[in-house]
Amino acid sequence: MVKLSPLKVWGAFLARPNADPVKTLGVAFLVALVCSIVVSGTAVYLKPLHDANRLRASSGSLVEMAEALGVGLPKQRLVDRRTGTYVERSTGEKVTLTAKQDLAGLNRIEQTLTAYEVHDGDQLRLLILPVRGAGYQSILHGYLALNADLNTVAALTFYQQDETPGMGARITEKQWQDLWRDKQIGSGDGVIRLRVVSGAASGSHEVDGISGATRTGNGVSNLVQFWLGEHGYGPYLARLGQRGAS
Amino acid sequence: MRTRIATLVKPIIADNPVTLQVLGICSALAVTTSLSTSLVMSASLIFVLTCSNVIISLLRTQIPDSIRLIVQITIIASLVIVVDLLLQAYLFEMSKRLSVFVGLIVSNCIVLGRAEAYAMKNPPGPSLLDGIGNGLGYAWILVLIGAVRELFGAGSLMGYSVLPVVSDGGWFTPLALMTLPPSAFFLLALLVWAVRTRHPEQVEQEDQP
Repeated sequence: MVKLSPLKVWGAFLARPNADPVKTLGVAFLVALVCSIVVSGTAVYLKPLHDANRLRASSGSLVEMAEALGVGLPKQRLVDRRTGTYVERSTGEKVTLTAKQDLAGLNRIEQTLTAYEVHDGDQLRLLILPVRGAGYQSILHGYLALNADLNTVAALTFYQQDETPGMGARITEKQWQDLWRDKQIGSGDGVIRLRVVSGAASGSHEVDGISGATRTGNGVSNLVQFWLGEHGYGPYLARLGQRGAS
Repeated sequence: MRTRIATLVKPIIADNPVTLQVLGICSALAVTTSLSTSLVMSASLIFVLTCSNVIISLLRTQIPDSIRLIVQITIIASLVIVVDLLLQAYLFEMSKRLSVFVGLIVSNCIVLGRAEAYAMKNPPGPSLLDGIGNGLGYAWILVLIGAVRELFGAGSLMGYSVLPVVSDGGWFTPLALMTLPPSAFFLLALLVWAVRTRHPEQVEQEDQP
């Protein structure tokens, strides 16, 4: 019996003609294997740096937003998503949303949400909510700031996205984000009417869409609807509203 | 030795991938709004092009002909992803400004063009020089257009104010056109014209009617 040494097998493999099917499949497999190891190795090795950068971008964007609105640093509150009550610490628990609930295309959502409140003495002055949702080809991450009436938008900003440059990516432009100021979420009946329309907006519940970026606009509409709705910050907003009224 | 130097130098003007072969101009138009983005893009392309040329040249005798393009693209794409991940880790702000265009190096015709036309037929040494040469040929054009666009579009270079702009109390009114993609087209056209005036042999023959 011929002894098979790895080196001999390797040599025999290389010696095969290039047109040989075994050689073709083998080369394809080996190239794919080596490339995937290199790519995933790099991704894993650099992950801590990527996470740190994203965190910095997100907190930097929050600070920027607070500064632009002329308020001090907001206070971070942890909120139970289902009851809207404050909690001391995050449970870290995540649940899967049903297709019907999952307007923002998130799939899974954490049970403990983060919100940022700005107070003026005893009165709530501003509420900043971290929001995210699927756009056209990426997940959009941003902050939505509401005035104390909890129905008027103070600002909307996105700090992370990967939409088409010059089209969907224009949601990061100040010009477009400024359109959101003073828009109304609903008209007091609990229905969330605020959305992005294609073309020019009419009324205080609509925001001009970006031409060529209808699907990004829909993504923004959906994430706003989701996070303000009953599966997002809805219970928390309702509780804050009651407290303000009493 | 002389042929080695020629391999390196020829793509810079005489056989320039952008002005003569008019390849890779998509990214040349998109990322040249400022000098810094042009420099980072150029460095990324030089790295990808040089590495892909060397790796493909090393493997050239073993790559089956029927799947050679797939193998080349797989190697190029992996290199591009690695570069993109590195930029996202160490130059985060810059990677946001370059957005998808680093990723699009995969489809940059210069990289695949050199792999197929040169690295598949030549040993690693010359392929290395060919990669650097073509990279530099692409880079100087990007850097030049980027510098002109930033200087006249924003009155600055590398973010430092050179021409004091009116909005900051200076005298220079920025040319808004320079920040838009068409200006890169015009500048590139002027550059092609200039190079071909100096090197008339690069002028293409008119098509026969």
